[in-house]
Amino acid sequence: MAVIRDVMPAFQLFQPSSIADAQKLLEQHGQDAWVMAGGLDSFDWLKDRIKKPKALVDLSGIEELRGVRTTSEGIEIGAMTTLTEVVRHPVVKEKYGLLAQAAELVASPQIRNQGTLGGNVSQDARCWYYRAGWPCYRAGGNICYADTPVGRNREHAILHAERCVAVNPSDSAPALIALDAKFVVQTPKGERVVDAEDYFVGPEIDITRMNILQPGYLLTAIRIPSTWAGAQFYFEKVRDRNVWDFPLMNVASAMVLSGDRIDRIRIAVNAAAARPLRLKAVENAVRGQSRTASTGEMAGKLAVQGAVPLQFNAYKIPLMRNLVKRAISGVQEAAWAS
Amino acid sequence: MGIIEWATSPLGQSVPIHIAWFLIWVALIAGLLFLVLHAVYLRYFAKEKQFAAEGSPKGASQLPARIPRHSLTARLFHWVMAASMFTLLFTAFLPKVGVRFDWVTYHWIAGTVLTISIIFHIIHASFYMDFWSIWPDKADLEDAWKRVQRFMGRSSALPRKFAKYPLENKLYHGAIVVTGLSVIVTGVFMMSRVRTIFFPRNPYLFSDMTWGLMYVLHGLAGVGLITLVIVHVYFAVRPEKLPITASMIVGTMSREFYLKEHDPERWVVETAPSSTSGRRG
Repeated sequence: MAVIRDVMPAFQLFQPSSIADAQKLLEQHGQDAWVMAGGLDSFDWLKDRIKKPKALVDLSGIEELRGVRTTSEGIEIGAMTTLTEVVRHPVVKEKYGLLAQAAELVASPQIRNQGTLGGNVSQDARCWYYRAGWPCYRAGGNICYADTPVGRNREHAILHAERCVAVNPSDSAPALIALDAKFVVQTPKGERVVDAEDYFVGPEIDITRMNILQPGYLLTAIRIPSTWAGAQFYFEKVRDRNVWDFPLMNVASAMVLSGDRIDRIRIAVNAAAARPLRLKAVENAVRGQSRTASTGEMAGKLAVQGAVPLQFNAYKIPLMRNLVKRAISGVQEAAWAS
Repeated sequence: MGIIEWATSPLGQSVPIHIAWFLIWVALIAGLLFLVLHAVYLRYFAKEKQFAAEGSPKGASQLPARIPRHSLTARLFHWVMAASMFTLLFTAFLPKVGVRFDWVTYHWIAGTVLTISIIFHIIHASFYMDFWSIWPDKADLEDAWKRVQRFMGRSSALPRKFAKYPLENKLYHGAIVVTGLSVIVTGVFMMSRVRTIFFPRNPYLFSDMTWGLMYVLHGLAGVGLITLVIVHVYFAVRPEKLPITASMIVGTMSREFYLKEHDPERWVVETAPSSTSGRRG
């Protein structure tokens, strides 16, 4: 493990008060700029002295990026809205409870007070080889230290591993995918709105990034359409320490039933691959089926097709199978009390 | 700004990890610069090609109207190699300049095709073609010296017509052999670092330093191939070379072009079906 030091490397600190100013700074500094939201991921990197940006753009002073707004199509959540604000917001709790459940299971209360929704979906991988500053693929090198016969890879990927086997650790990401959220990204060429699942990229596309944000890009808001408002939701997170930990795996589903028949469904898992995975094959297979244990069983088996375990994470295959099964059949209610 | 990117290994050792990616642009610009300079030189400064022993040699009338130059097998090899080479270059370098796609799978599949085709070519060229026809010989060097002398305005005898391949072709082939074998040999080892159908992953096959040097060699040869491919395509589409290019498609060239550029004594062509002189390639 890297040793956390007291003094961060020197950088120019910018604290813009508007999106326009932030964007100008990001374009001006390009690859040398580091975007900081709540700072929980950033300060790890900086205090470990693994990342040494020349300019740090702190978004905390931009009011436009905060708050939950209701719109004609649903809600829009500013990227700098804290996870606590998301959890406590009455509209989110009432109509989009899936996001509230997911956000409340992120880390600890203190971290949720400081951490933001934009930061949670945009955070970097937690692979310790990468975080320790080793020259792995994700750091621009030519090896994955976790994917070796002796690599410690208990928390790593079982699906879509491509040279790098790190996983995406976000809890809110699969919930947002299940809610069919849209991510609003400001780019040097203008505003871009992408589906939640397209915001994330795997190592086969870009091994050094976990999302589409390039230098000069800024995630400003997340829009959740009313399509899934009030649907039946399921979120479950499995972690080593229930009080405060990253997910070993999580699952999020939004479902609309007609009697006991599944009319519409979206389901996603995270920490199974380098990006949160929407399980389209499962959705297609269970749509029109009765919501029963046998449907859940079938969905679970389908979800793990193609999974390849590493040396120490074979447990993730039955874990994912069972999480998907439970999300479909609803055998167990998600426990999400603070 | 070095041409190699270095990193510190977990053991504290400074190791190379790959080439600096700006070399992609250097290779691209070098190739384009070459073709511009060459085109300008040919258009404004070059003198017409002259050879010793101009005119039709004895027995020219007995030659077939179309001179066989490349067998079907040789042509198939060339185009398979070309397709795999383009796939390899695009899949290797487009992601480095910002075009994102799932490139690794296409890359190792194209690399496998290239490797198999090159192994086939080595066997085919060694046992079924005139192996030495593509390697420079004494006559090539003597003629090259004469051409240099004449280019510099000194008096010198006229060079002979070409054998089957001009010296430039032979030197190009040599450069492709060096760069091609470099990317193939290093690429085959590098496949042990990714998931393929061939062998189990083993990133610890070599030390970090050896792996680093292998990645650097693979990268240097790769960017070298950018320049070489640009040069090759440029010559293939030059008007005076079109008969040679066409022969890589149809297999033959006209008798007139053969007699104009090639020495029938250095590149012997069968004059009758029963004749056994000369092997095709």
